Amino acid sequence: MRTCLVVDDSSVVRKVARRILEDLHFQIVEAEDGEEALEACSMPLPDAILLDWDKPIMDGFEFLGKLRNMPRGGAPKVVFCTTENGIAHVARALYAGANEYIMKPFDKDVIATKFAEVGLINISQSPF
Amino acid sequence: MTTCDFEYLRKLLKDQSGLDLSADKQYLIESRLLPVARDASLPGISELVQKMKGGSTAIIARVVEAMTTNETFFFRDKMPFDHFRNSILPEVIQARGGRKSIRIWCAAGSTGQEPYSLAMCVKEMGSSLAGWRVEILATDISQEVLEKAKAGIYTQFEVQRGLPIQLLVKYFKQQGELWQINADIRAIVQHRQLNLLHDFASFGVFDVIFCRNVLIYFDQQTKVNIFNRLAKMTAPDGYFVLGAAESVVGLTEVFHPCLDRRGLYRPKAVAASPAKAAAAAMPIAKTAAMARP
Repeated sequence: MRTCLVVDDSSVVRKVARRILEDLHFQIVEAEDGEEALEACSMPLPDAILLDWDKPIMDGFEFLGKLRNMPRGGAPKVVFCTTENGIAHVARALYAGANEYIMKPFDKDVIATKFAEVGLINISQSPF
Repeated sequence: MTTCDFEYLRKLLKDQSGLDLSADKQYLIESRLLPVARDASLPGISELVQKMKGGSTAIIARVVEAMTTNETFFFRDKMPFDHFRNSILPEVIQARGGRKSIRIWCAAGSTGQEPYSLAMCVKEMGSSLAGWRVEILATDISQEVLEKAKAGIYTQFEVQRGLPIQLLVKYFKQQGELWQINADIRAIVQHRQLNLLHDFASFGVFDVIFCRNVLIYFDQQTKVNIFNRLAKMTAPDGYFVLGAAESVVGLTEVFHPCLDRRGLYRPKAVAASPAKAAAAAMPIAKTAAMARP
């Protein structure tokens, strides 16, 4: 089963994302901030990371930089999922190595199509 | 809504737009038409029907429009666009190298996501299409969705369904909470109102025709009629594209499926008697009698 690390400081957001992703057959690991997320990546790397930007302690951008520098850190598909919906943020995230970018609010359709986009799920698994 | 109301609506929609609503589609009528009734300051669907019976062409038009809209999104189903990018476009580029022009028709353009997705694929081809003339015609029965398509302005939800983030950044400009597709993409697509029941032969011949998820609403006879007329407008070496759950198999011989590429069809050269061919190619509804108010 593929794993997805959900990084967001809101437990509500993590819960919603968990429900959607479990329906898409992912095993979920949760982290509240960048530091916890890095710890979760020291064991086998997750296949996917759903990553918020603004977080206390270590934000998503800093975490991404550290992740990509880890051994095999290029492997996980990183999908930003954030209220930062300005094009400058998007461009910056892509430049830093994000694979996809979701602007909150999101729904099941958005997550499914974005995950399909980066090859994490087959289109036949998606809800359409 | 009474059974009588439902039957009236069912018949009117069939006559005006080919829509074939089975008895279990009452929920669809309610969900689409209650807002129309509200907008017209009417208490419910029965009252709406009364206005229609009384001859209100404005209400009839709005009802037809509400029932014929179809949800769509960018790169819907993904596969047909992969085929477009990976096999259709390269083949057409090869075949049309002399004339350097490509004509594409989206026969259910709706709010524009499909034709604009194709336009983005074309742009992504970059220098392979330098100096080429690419025309995308997008038609729809609904004037309302055409206006939206022409503007090319989409909500944050709409640009996140099916659209890779790199294409969003490349081809859209953010305007507050909304996103508008760039002018050079809009320029590739022409939008025209068209009821598929009417005569469309004057649009000419196309290298690729997309007709996805619109014929599902029509009954068999109407479908066959439209397939036959579309086949005449598809270049002999061109392509016809249907939605994921659709098929021509068992309905008509004018197209044959590409067995290696699901959803793609090519015109079949069929030797038919001239009279038979002519009859099969007549539009079901006479344009003059069915002109929209």
